[in-house]
Amino acid sequence: MTPKRKQRLFLVLFIVVGVGISVGLTLFALSQNINLFYSPTQIAAGEAPQDTRIRAGGMVVEGSIKRDPDSLFVSFEITDYDKTVTVEYVGILPDLFREGQGIVAQGSMNEHGVLDAVEVLAKHDENYMPPEVAEALAKAGKMPMPEGQEFNK
Amino acid sequence: MAEKKWIPRWFYQLASPRWCYQITGKLLPWFMGTTLLLLLGGTVWALLFAPADYQQGNSFRIIYLHVPAAILAQSAYMLMAVAGAVGLIWKMKVADMVLKSAAPIGASMAVLALLTGAIWGKPTWGSWWVWDARLTSMLILFFLYLGVMALNSAIENESTAAQASAVLALVGLVNIPIIKYSVEWWNTLHQPATFTLTEKPAMPVEMWLPLLVMVIGFYCFFAVSLMQRLRNEIIWRERRTGWVRELLNKQ
Repeated sequence: MTPKRKQRLFLVLFIVVGVGISVGLTLFALSQNINLFYSPTQIAAGEAPQDTRIRAGGMVVEGSIKRDPDSLFVSFEITDYDKTVTVEYVGILPDLFREGQGIVAQGSMNEHGVLDAVEVLAKHDENYMPPEVAEALAKAGKMPMPEGQEFNK
Repeated sequence: MAEKKWIPRWFYQLASPRWCYQITGKLLPWFMGTTLLLLLGGTVWALLFAPADYQQGNSFRIIYLHVPAAILAQSAYMLMAVAGAVGLIWKMKVADMVLKSAAPIGASMAVLALLTGAIWGKPTWGSWWVWDARLTSMLILFFLYLGVMALNSAIENESTAAQASAVLALVGLVNIPIIKYSVEWWNTLHQPATFTLTEKPAMPVEMWLPLLVMVIGFYCFFAVSLMQRLRNEIIWRERRTGWVRELLNKQ
């Protein structure tokens, strides 16, 4: 390489590394704000701001779904297998909403420590499988549950 | 020439637009055949023969478009940035042309990934769009492509345009690891990768094999469209040289 090319190579490396470091530091400083949702443990520890709209993410607790027979009102609990938060919502739930499913609810905490949700999103995990395989795994009690670990971060 | 020891000969040959035009002309039919075979076979396999998912049913099949498009959008960007670096350091005209030709293809891949993601997100998550880290960084990638294309067409002088867009491509390179690791670093709605090079896929073989075929097919498709755009660009920029005139006269 000629000296001129070497000089330009260093310039290119300087741009890439310099931008990388500065963006890395910015993201590190903002890391909490980039999270899409708070886990129930974070909410219980008071890390989530009060009186403002937040998102809470967790697994729907088995047997906690209570539906109002006359309206679209539904109440359920979400957990990260450590702490639990109750969510109340009026509206249509996504297809994947069910017990044991990871969900993200947007809303604000009321005075009873209940999340008044205005939007409920289902979180899908990275596991795909045919129905027969899922059935066999569930029977053997070996269904993968990576979402739980993820909400527990 | 000491430098030849660690930089192979073909690297310098690539610098010649004429050689590049000839070699891509020879490679093109092979890549076209492979692309056609892989994309047709992969599509039929993915849509008709791969099993449905236990939770999502058939709507999961959009993965066979979404994942290859997203992978390609990022790979094309990396290629563009490398071409930009080569163009800046060695002042190679062909590298500038590769950068210019790759941008629109990468941008269309990014659009395809964003659109298929939104179409899948509505029934599965319950929302077309969520401002989580993965989706947002992918949108930024699309804007970076638009920026490179806009810079290239806004600046009249070819070498200035190439320099400016190469710098933008290199600056935007920082976004690639952010896209890749966004699902691991932060809480996102988007799930972690199903399909990685290093780990066993989180789906059975009869599901990921057609996906692999589609990914390779998309790479071949990218190679075909890149070579075609590149050949157009070479002919246009070298239109005053003897060999191009000769070529045109022959037709």
